[in-house]
Amino acid sequence: MRKAAEWAVTAAFALVVYLLLVLWTGDLGLWSPAELIAGVVLSLLVGLVAAPILWERGGFRMLQPHRWVLFLFYLVGPFFLAMARANLDVAYRVITGKIRPGIVRFNPGLKTEVGQTLLANSITLTPGTLTVDVDDESGDFYVHWINVKAEEPRPQDVCGPFPTWARRIAE
Amino acid sequence: MNILIYAFLAIGAAFNGLGAVALIRFPDVYTRIHGATKCTTFGSIFFILAVVIYGFAHGGGEGGTLAVHALIALAALLITNPTGSHALARGAHRGGIRPFRAVVDRLAEGKR
Amino acid sequence: MIGELSFGVAAAVMVGLMVVSVLRLAIGPTAADRAVALDTINTLVVTTMVLLGVAFGQVVYIDVAIVYALLSFISTLYIARYLERGAR
Repeated sequence: MRKAAEWAVTAAFALVVYLLLVLWTGDLGLWSPAELIAGVVLSLLVGLVAAPILWERGGFRMLQPHRWVLFLFYLVGPFFLAMARANLDVAYRVITGKIRPGIVRFNPGLKTEVGQTLLANSITLTPGTLTVDVDDESGDFYVHWINVKAEEPRPQDVCGPFPTWARRIAE
Repeated sequence: MNILIYAFLAIGAAFNGLGAVALIRFPDVYTRIHGATKCTTFGSIFFILAVVIYGFAHGGGEGGTLAVHALIALAALLITNPTGSHALARGAHRGGIRPFRAVVDRLAEGKR
Repeated sequence: MIGELSFGVAAAVMVGLMVVSVLRLAIGPTAADRAVALDTINTLVVTTMVLLGVAFGQVVYIDVAIVYALLSFISTLYIARYLERGAR
């Protein structure tokens, strides 16, 4: 019963996104019949695939609007600044050739797959770090660090405030 | 407006070039993934921002369509690029390639 | 009108960068190096398509770029799966 509800909600959300994307494609009115049929079929498929991942912790958390606002703020604020720093860092290492690489392990304590994916992608795009593997059961992150400062780092040594942000947005 | 577009195009070209140079210069697979992924993603963000500004300055239905489609392309890049590089790094490590001059390699030591 | 030519110039620069990346594709010692070079080239191609869409005034080029980005992502995932088996 709960699975069916999750599926329906995901499919409805996907249908709304699809209809907004193909706005003004129809000859008469807003949408042509072909677009409507294709939209329904595609959103049912998307719901089938995405529902078990999105609503992992129960409740429809990812539909709360303050999480979207936080996500947008995160993208243009801390994340963008970290990306700029990451690129200057790469430039510095390309010119000087100073590297001290290694693969370290830490546990940010994230439980859902959405949060882990968000954090892993953030880590890959931010200074000097690259996610190599994530242990699904224990939530351990294995990160290739281009300039190892500590062999047993705390999460904030590797990626600054990002675990907090990922928890705020996704959990 | 024009100056902003030119500046963004120059910044994007510079960072993409940095990515290509990093791909040639770094010593092993993992550091190459570092350079290539970060720099090409950041450079692409600036290129696509230039396209979006151009679209809105151009105005009309066509310019707006251009801007929105470019933003969708940017979203696709931002999601797929780090995920793909993550998959490549994982595959390379499982395939037995060890990081060059590594100080520590917790993944090879096995799970905790 | 305003600087379509500059978008074309930027696309030409990107083609030059692709040639540089092809160098790594040719000399890369392991299969993983070649896969990384291919992934980089894919990203460069997507951006170049968007730039060319502006330079020639064709929105369709950008749609092609979106589809290309998603398909190249899937091909990257398959190559990564292949690398896992330790093929050199």
